[in-house]
Amino acid sequence: MLKISNVETFYGKIQALRGVDIDVNDGEIVSLIGSNGAGKSTLLMTISGVNKARNGNITFNGKRIENRQPHKIVDLGICQVPEGRRIFSRLTVEENLRLGAFTNEKGKHFETDIKEVYDLFPVLSDRKTQRGGTLSGGEQQMLAIGRALMSKPKVLLLDEPSLGIAPKLVNQIFASIKNINKEKNVTIFLVEQNAKKALELADRAYVLVNGKVTIMGSGQDLLKNKDIQAAYLEGGTKN
Amino acid sequence: MEKQDIIKSFKDSLFTGLIALALFGPIVGLRTASKGEGLFITPQWGVVLLLVGLCILGRFLININSARKTEFKFLSTLTSKFSNITDDKAKHFAITGILFAVVFPFLPFTDRYFMDVAIMILTYIMLGWGLNIVVGLAGLLDLGYVAFYAVGAYSYALIATTFGWSFWICLPLAGLFAAFFGILLGFPVLRLRGDYLAIVTLGFGEIIRIILINWYEVTNGPDGITGIPRPSFFGLPFKRSPDEGEMSFHTFFGLEYSTMHRIIFLYYLILVLALITNYFTLKIRKLPVGRAWEALREDEIACKSLGVNPTNTKLTAFAIGAMFGGFAGSFFATRQAFISPESFTFIESAIIVAIVVLGGMGSQTGVVLASIFLIGITEIFRDLEQYRMIAFGGAMVLIMVFKPKGILANRKPTILMHGDNK
Repeated sequence: MLKISNVETFYGKIQALRGVDIDVNDGEIVSLIGSNGAGKSTLLMTISGVNKARNGNITFNGKRIENRQPHKIVDLGICQVPEGRRIFSRLTVEENLRLGAFTNEKGKHFETDIKEVYDLFPVLSDRKTQRGGTLSGGEQQMLAIGRALMSKPKVLLLDEPSLGIAPKLVNQIFASIKNINKEKNVTIFLVEQNAKKALELADRAYVLVNGKVTIMGSGQDLLKNKDIQAAYLEGGTKN
Repeated sequence: MEKQDIIKSFKDSLFTGLIALALFGPIVGLRTASKGEGLFITPQWGVVLLLVGLCILGRFLININSARKTEFKFLSTLTSKFSNITDDKAKHFAITGILFAVVFPFLPFTDRYFMDVAIMILTYIMLGWGLNIVVGLAGLLDLGYVAFYAVGAYSYALIATTFGWSFWICLPLAGLFAAFFGILLGFPVLRLRGDYLAIVTLGFGEIIRIILINWYEVTNGPDGITGIPRPSFFGLPFKRSPDEGEMSFHTFFGLEYSTMHRIIFLYYLILVLALITNYFTLKIRKLPVGRAWEALREDEIACKSLGVNPTNTKLTAFAIGAMFGGFAGSFFATRQAFISPESFTFIESAIIVAIVVLGGMGSQTGVVLASIFLIGITEIFRDLEQYRMIAFGGAMVLIMVFKPKGILANRKPTILMHGDNK
């Protein structure tokens, strides 16, 4: 469904991605783990078209997308939940959700779509008239995911949904991600530093080191992989 | 209140005094005077001492007030109550305000001078509302807004004097021209934000003014354009003695001729134009493009990830904001009947930005209050002549001290409760 081949992205002279190859198949949950600065967020921004790939290509359902404008890519059905949530803090929860439906607003499914989001995250329904900035970190993450779902994506790109969120809420958010995948049939491409959680959730996973994919396999295989345990799961395996 | 608090505020005020001394010392203290041949310096340390003393005292009072906020908060409660009233009963407030504006010309104390001031305030309200789209909603700090005001005024003047078309044809054309210039400015600044954007827009404002001064063949340079046609009342001119076979306003309605007729007409004209601007802004905020403006102000990357096209969003904000500036410019041209580049200097942009910021970014009512306050106060103190700009500065300082986020800082959601949008 989403095929990334040999993608190279630069920030000025600095190369952030050194030929990344990743496949995401329809209906899968694919995780990408890696340390700080490995290029995870750069890859998502390159898929979304916010950063442009200098070399390589990205296809979505057979269409080349690496040179398209970000809003065209959202139109095709790829929506990103950016790192750090980036909700519109002075707008209300409901206004945030409406903006998620920006490309879709002519569709007039708004009322049913928003109800689905409220069913998925009931806390948002209680807070719909509150300003986004007054929500807790976890609630903001739910809002960011709900907002992205309003665009009715086929693929949801999630950038570190566990960042800065209480462990209890992290579990809840990961459960919702699984739910979105299974019930709503949305393909998930998840980028995470929390390797254990990300691998447990994933059908397949990739490890990104210095802008290159070094290991790939099923989520379960990678959990058992000695190198990965040493590099990313040390101490994390106990809980 | 603790004793050490007093000592602390006192020290702080002394420090303020030091800064004031450094500023006033050379600027006020050393006065150049020409006596016979050449310039001589006359020191006036008494005045400096007085000013520095005033600064120390003012700072001390502000410090004490903020330290005792819990016990003595008369002013802040007054102002916060005020913003509550306007929030809860925004509709009543607005209707009362509009009703007052409608009957204003016929109130017993209203004379020619009041009308002129009111027309001026309304012009600034309209400009403030127009700029509010760009600065308040889309969050693009535009320091060159006066350029669109100038484009509107000159387009109106040139079209009206060259082709002799009526006000009602020239007005939309001038608006279109201004919107076109808005897009022209928008393109090069698409990638810029914040301070960088402010600098470029500032430069744009100056470019337009300098073109107006130097493009002599078209704009008549610094001499300006004279004899701009006055608006007519649906074809009826406001003339004392109409031409042969022509009806004028007072003969048609059988009234005694009075210059006030035209003034009152101009007043209603700008009132209607301003209200259209306001109505348009309130409506567009609830449409996708208006929401996209506000989202862009909050977070550009989030916008991109949601499929909002920042290029179109910014360009529409610039174009629509500029269009209303252009309408206001046409009004200005027809009211004055004479325009020159001198009316479109940077200080005009600064005043309009000040009105938007001091009113509370994005607040429509705030713009009204700030315009009345800033323009009104400067007018009241007109008798003080060159010192009246002190009143303008003082009004700004007062707002910044007591309402640092603007007079009305609360943003009103565009959707109230899900499901009961009326």
